Amino acid sequence: MKMIKDYEMVIGLEVHVELKTKTKIFCSCPTTYGAKPNTQTCPVCMGLPGVLPVLNKKVVEYAVKAGLATNCKIAHFSKQDRKNYFYPDLPKAYQISQYDIPLCENGYLMIETEEGSKRIGITRIHIEEDAGKLVHDDKYGTMIDCNRCGVPLIEIVSEPDIRSAKEAVAYLEKLRTIILYSGISDCKRNEGAFRCDVNLSVRKKGQTEFGTRTEMKNINSSQYVAQAIEYEYKRQVETIESGGRIVQETRKFDQETGKTYAMRTKENANDYRYFPDPDLPPIELTDDDILKLESEIGELPDERKQKLMKTYGLTAYDSDTLLTDPAMANYFEEVAKHTTYYKIVANIFTTEIMRLNKEGFFCPVKAENMAKLATLFGDQIINSSTVKQLFGRMWMRDFDPVDVVEKEELAQINDREVLDAIVEEVLKSSEKLINDYRNGKGKAFEALMGKAMGLTSGKANPVVLAELLKNRL
Amino acid sequence: MSELTQRTIYEHAEALRKKEYSSVQLTQAYLEEIDRKDKTIGAYITVTAERALERARNFDEEKDSVSKASVLAGIPCAIKDNICTKGIKTTCASKMLGDYIPPYNAHVVEKLEKSGAIILGKLNMDEFAMGSTTENSAFKICRNPLDTNRVPGGSSGGSAASVAAKEAVYTLGSDTGGSIRQPASFCGVVGMKPTYGSVSRYGLIAFASSLDQIGPVTSTVLDNALVLNTIVGYDRKDATSIKRTYEDYTADIRSGVKGMKIGIPSQFFGDGISDDVKKAVLAAAETYRTMGAELVSVSMPSIDYALSAYYVISSAEASSNLARFDGIRYGYRCDGYDDIDEFYKKNRSEGFGTEVKKRIMLGTFALSAGYYDAYYKKALQVRSLIRKEFTEVFEKCNFIISPVAPTVAYKIGEKVHDSLQMYMGDAYSVPVNIAGIPALTLPCGLGEGNMPVGMQLIGPAFSESILYRAGYAFENRGK
Repeated sequence: MKMIKDYEMVIGLEVHVELKTKTKIFCSCPTTYGAKPNTQTCPVCMGLPGVLPVLNKKVVEYAVKAGLATNCKIAHFSKQDRKNYFYPDLPKAYQISQYDIPLCENGYLMIETEEGSKRIGITRIHIEEDAGKLVHDDKYGTMIDCNRCGVPLIEIVSEPDIRSAKEAVAYLEKLRTIILYSGISDCKRNEGAFRCDVNLSVRKKGQTEFGTRTEMKNINSSQYVAQAIEYEYKRQVETIESGGRIVQETRKFDQETGKTYAMRTKENANDYRYFPDPDLPPIELTDDDILKLESEIGELPDERKQKLMKTYGLTAYDSDTLLTDPAMANYFEEVAKHTTYYKIVANIFTTEIMRLNKEGFFCPVKAENMAKLATLFGDQIINSSTVKQLFGRMWMRDFDPVDVVEKEELAQINDREVLDAIVEEVLKSSEKLINDYRNGKGKAFEALMGKAMGLTSGKANPVVLAELLKNRL
Repeated sequence: MSELTQRTIYEHAEALRKKEYSSVQLTQAYLEEIDRKDKTIGAYITVTAERALERARNFDEEKDSVSKASVLAGIPCAIKDNICTKGIKTTCASKMLGDYIPPYNAHVVEKLEKSGAIILGKLNMDEFAMGSTTENSAFKICRNPLDTNRVPGGSSGGSAASVAAKEAVYTLGSDTGGSIRQPASFCGVVGMKPTYGSVSRYGLIAFASSLDQIGPVTSTVLDNALVLNTIVGYDRKDATSIKRTYEDYTADIRSGVKGMKIGIPSQFFGDGISDDVKKAVLAAAETYRTMGAELVSVSMPSIDYALSAYYVISSAEASSNLARFDGIRYGYRCDGYDDIDEFYKKNRSEGFGTEVKKRIMLGTFALSAGYYDAYYKKALQVRSLIRKEFTEVFEKCNFIISPVAPTVAYKIGEKVHDSLQMYMGDAYSVPVNIAGIPALTLPCGLGEGNMPVGMQLIGPAFSESILYRAGYAFENRGK
């Protein structure tokens, strides 16, 4: 694997985001996810003969907001084009998209990785309609669900500025956060509301021209994006090193195997025959329109991050974690009104709450109770394992932790004399562990701590206990 | 021949108001004419006799109180078969949509029915409105009622033939490159291609979206204005529909042409035109002069490129518009295929007729990578040029007079195998669609074989009132 170090990967990402407008892009059908097949359709989104599309203005507004939030230039004049191809999930046999004059162009966003911060360019953002879904059934064969036909999408195309899987993931997370903050999409990945295509090529380090790229379509999670990138990078380098040639093609990423497979080459690719849709007049925006939309966007993640770090003294990492969902940051600030142990609150968020939240922020615990829990810990009244235990219970059924700590006598034992006596007792019956410890086995110390903790029903102040134990050993 | 069917909308409306006869009697009279003549003429694809009679009965029994107010209430009409009618087969004269029943009404149908119009049925046409003779109908040809050996024109052949044969009081057609005006001219009736964006296209099965426009076919100019009054107007379901106040086209229809300037563009009277047509149209211009109008000669050099631009733009748009007819969700479905690609190919090969396939291929080619700039983009440039020329010309005159087609109606089968000849026949009508402006066609004399010659009055956008005024003046000359 020495050779692989001589190469760098060049990645550009195309992200499709479903906008959370109430109605579809060209008709007034609802966009709600998960309805019974073909119940959210009308002649327009079914593409029946004779129907005409009428653009939902909200779609333009949302797309412009996405553009403004990612520092794009907004077009005062843009148009919609037809992308022609045959597929059973596309009722008109063309997708209304934007070709040469997208709504937003030339933006960027900043990402943070271990190597510091980096600017990733955004080539363009355009609006388009989603296609339907094919449902395969053993008994009835292939069926078409048109509920998704005409659900509004924006496609965000990055510059080929990304050089590693880590950067790609950082970009996706940052983009997702920005979109969430702009209030234009819920970005629910399990509903396909935030999907990513990866364009990847490799080149020898120092080389300026790009290699031939491949495209991996519709990858839903950051973890799979990282896997696909690592695999495809290796595959391309190995192909080149063994004298092969990279073919420009679309490849499918298989989540089961973590590998990519060739789907179709450029030679077999469609000629989409883009042309301006004659049913739709151009989209025109004035400076005032754009300014108004700009004023509607709330605080964006970068601004808020500065605020969190400054006001609450949080680390960049903790701030970023809180910012992955605006609702979570809002909740944090609500809790912070009732306690001054900000760092402790942030820790509970980054460990406990994140563990319990898989998609989208949700916390059933009242902000006041959450603040009390942090204060109990900050004032050294309870220890971390009690925090964990109490939080788990509060999640199931919210309560005032101060009352419960008192009622259930959960306060930690800080008294050095009491704890020292316990240490002495433990050591009396732990000859083997003491020998192990002295022979350098680190695990033995943990075992001794565990025993001592057990004698206090988990209520010992762990810091004091460890100090006393070390003294005796 | 029933005397009842000789009357105009205006006369019927008067008679129905005075209860000289009922809507049922009137509807019955037209249904009888259809029964008697349409086996020969072939104007109708579908006749909805029962539905029409029921609506007529409702009108007579005054169940429909709102509709009484409209001049069209209780009067029978018919609709070209590319305009969607809820619950009534809408075929586009294609095998592809042979059994297709739309679940919704086109905007114009909705407007007519709200006005109390009685729809007799759906009219024959060239498949998907592609053609100039109605010989491209997948079901049957349509004949010219004035000489059944001749074509009625197309693509709205059924719309013009049925009015000429008194099988309907008035009809709706669609005009993409002359499809209302040329058959109206061939059958000696009145046809209007309104300003693009003034009549909603919602529910018109698209041929070429940037050129298509629905319009009325009638036996008189006044009738035509009455029908357009009803169907015109902004529709929020059509993004190309134009929001403005649409005037009453009959308001000053009797005001004459005195003081108007009428442009005569030399390019419309050039080599391709037959003598009888040229003579009749120039004679009509002369008539206008005697009525107090001034004739001015104008020049439109870019008109020579209009036909090529038209065939590129219309075919390109058609190739995309007709792509949805794949047989998957509705329409014709073939047997015997192994995979989806083969299914698409087979189904579309079998479902579409020759002319339609020719245009789809032409359009697909014109939009293909590497050819787009040379064809489609160039055609759009020609389009801007032609628009500009019309604008300049209309600074010098109120409207233009020209022939609709280079000849009178020709024999069935005469040009069907010569596409180029057939396409050449559209040279005078397509510039109007390319520019998106209105044009009124009315008979102005007789030509070869005593067939009617149609003239075309072309005005700037939203000049329908002026065109009707001029058409009415000519129609009622000497009265």
